[in-house]
Amino acid sequence: MRYFLAAFVLLCLAVVSIAGFRGSLSRRPPLELFSDMDRQPKLRPQSANEFFADRFSSRPHPANTVPRAEPLLVGAQPVYPFEDHPVNTGMVAGTPPGATNFVELNPLPLTAELLARGQHIFSIHCLPCHGAAGDGKGVTTKYGMTVIGNLHDPRIVRQPDGEIFHVITHGRNLMQGYAAAIEPRDRWAVIAYVRALQLSHLASADEVPADQQAALRK
Amino acid sequence: MSDIFPKWTNKLPAYLLAAGAMMGTAVVAGVWYYFTPKYTRVGYQPIQPVSFSHHIHVEQLGMDCRYCHTGVEKSSHSNIPASTLCMNCHNQVLKEDPRLALVRESAATGKPIPWVWIHKTPDFVFFNHAVHVNRGISCVHCHGQINLMDEVQHAKPLSMAFCLDCHRNPEAFIRPPDQVFNLNWQPESQTKQLADGARLVREWRVEKLENCSACHR
Ligand code: HEC
Ligand code: HEC
Ligand code: HEC
Ligand code: HEC
Ligand code: HEC
Ligand code: HEC
Repeated sequence: MRYFLAAFVLLCLAVVSIAGFRGSLSRRPPLELFSDMDRQPKLRPQSANEFFADRFSSRPHPANTVPRAEPLLVGAQPVYPFEDHPVNTGMVAGTPPGATNFVELNPLPLTAELLARGQHIFSIHCLPCHGAAGDGKGVTTKYGMTVIGNLHDPRIVRQPDGEIFHVITHGRNLMQGYAAAIEPRDRWAVIAYVRALQLSHLASADEVPADQQAALRK
Repeated sequence: MSDIFPKWTNKLPAYLLAAGAMMGTAVVAGVWYYFTPKYTRVGYQPIQPVSFSHHIHVEQLGMDCRYCHTGVEKSSHSNIPASTLCMNCHNQVLKEDPRLALVRESAATGKPIPWVWIHKTPDFVFFNHAVHVNRGISCVHCHGQINLMDEVQHAKPLSMAFCLDCHRNPEAFIRPPDQVFNLNWQPESQTKQLADGARLVREWRVEKLENCSACHR
């Protein structure tokens, strides 16, 4: 019995020392014993699939096709993503490719809801570089980004809304485009919010409601 | 007879029984402890092709998860960002750094970076990010404190029991929608969490999804 006990304790110790404890770090992928149902030959996004020659499971649009999509409501008018409409391009309808015939004003009706959405998107996608105030002093300036546009620059304040749409969609100089990350409706929402930021920067103390001016002057 | 079986054999049945009981207990304990995703998955931390750190980008720079994982609110799949997105900053920050060589190459050629997929449910499970994130379930419940990790590791088992623990009483987990992406948020107290959670469950008509077809289709 003594021998058995010794062997038993040794065996337990061996198992624990080889297998380790729950939650210990491991570089090896988890074991899958019967993996035939776990890993089926189906498409999963962003993973390699042998069915296609280039192995991309997330396919680009085939040429001359139009993606099915919900239309965007501009006022009451539905606009599909493939239409030549200011809300999709930032240009006046009928602008030939290459020309810069920007629309002056945001095609979406300005609502408090649109502004709130704009603030939300701005704080996700623009704030790291342009800063909460839009003055180009975001956190990344501390780590080697030197030229970041100051959105209160008079040149940018005077730009038409459509041009800012173009900058967000395709980028400009050192800023890259955000077309993949931000949908057209959200881009217009950001523009509305950027305009509000610029307005707040240009405002004078006299424009503050009378009952709050005292607090401001303190 | 005593010549054939020596005296000690009288105790043999007792010994065998004791040994069998001990072996049985050890095997059961071993299976209970080891044959579970809490052991097999938790702690999985592969070496990634680029030493990307969530701690630097999220905690130090204050970036939102959705800057990179843009699809998490809209789709079932929470996408890994394209390398062109990294170049938004890294065309100026650490422009020449060798650690980012692969990112630059990938952005220039369109060849994807071979990130190792860590959290991977079996193909017969239909998981959906948007449903959870838009219902006040934070990333932290299923991925742990990603914002503090330099290298992402599998922090939660993501087993069926784990999913059901929450699906049976979502009110213990649902948080205000504006705190979903703030992984450091803690409820003020357990009672407040349960009260607020129960209110949100009522307002949003959150179902307690336990039927098999919710996740297996
Ligand atoms: C990765 C950092 C970064 C992010 C994020 C970013 N920008 Fe920029 N932005 C820049 C830089 C850098 C410039 C300066 C470009 C130059 O002149 O070379 C710039 C310039 C601009 C300009 C001025 C363009 C001009 O005509 O000179 C506008 C407008 C602008 N950004 C808007 C935005 C908006 C809106 C967002 C959010 C959707 C955003 N940016 C997000 C880095 C960024
Ligand atoms: C700067 C871009 C960026 C930001 C911001 C970011 N991530 Fe990531 N995330 C990545 C990249 C790139 C990977 C793939 C490399 C890796 O696993 O480390 C990744 C991987 C992950 C994974 C593991 C995916 C897998 O393979 O299973 C999780 C989970 C995750 N991120 C969650 C988050 C959460 C939660 C946040 C917000 C707190 C966040 N991420 C913010 C870029 C980002
Ligand atoms: C908002 C701007 C921004 C974006 C977008 C961004 N980074 Fe960074 N990254 C930084 C900054 C700032 C640092 C810190 C630089 C320093 O410490 O000097 C950094 C550091 C790094 C480092 C070095 C980490 C270390 O250990 O020091 C790597 C690797 C890296 N980033 C990879 C990526 C990858 C991959 C992506 C795309 C998924 C990405 N970054 C997107 C701003 C960004
Ligand atoms: C209810 C649990 C849960 C929540 C909440 C959750 N995730 Fe996930 N996440 C998962 C599971 C399960 C997977 C594996 C999915 C699969 O196999 O496709 C996963 C996978 C991922 C991946 C890898 C890519 C993919 O989709 O497979 C990323 C990146 C990710 N999550 C990011 C996030 C971020 C960011 C958040 C918060 C906004 C979040 N997750 C919230 C459970 C969750
Ligand atoms: C922390 C809580 C939590 C965890 C963990 C969790 N869920 Fe959920 N899940 C929810 C909530 C809340 C809903 C929304 C229910 C509703 O809207 O009625 C939901 C909804 C779903 C749905 C949508 C069903 C439908 O079509 O309406 C699926 C699928 C699902 N969960 C799968 C999973 C899987 C798989 C896991 C484990 C990897 C998981 N969930 C883990 C809380 C959770
Ligand atoms: C909340 C989502 C959810 C629901 C509801 C659910 N499952 Fe699952 N189920 C899972 C997940 C996630 C896994 C994968 C577990 C793993 O890989 O560890 C799983 C795995 C399984 C497996 C395979 C187990 C294995 O070890 O491979 C079976 C069988 C199963 N489920 C049956 C059921 C049945 C029967 C029901 C209804 C009573 C059900 N499931 C309801 C999420 C769910």
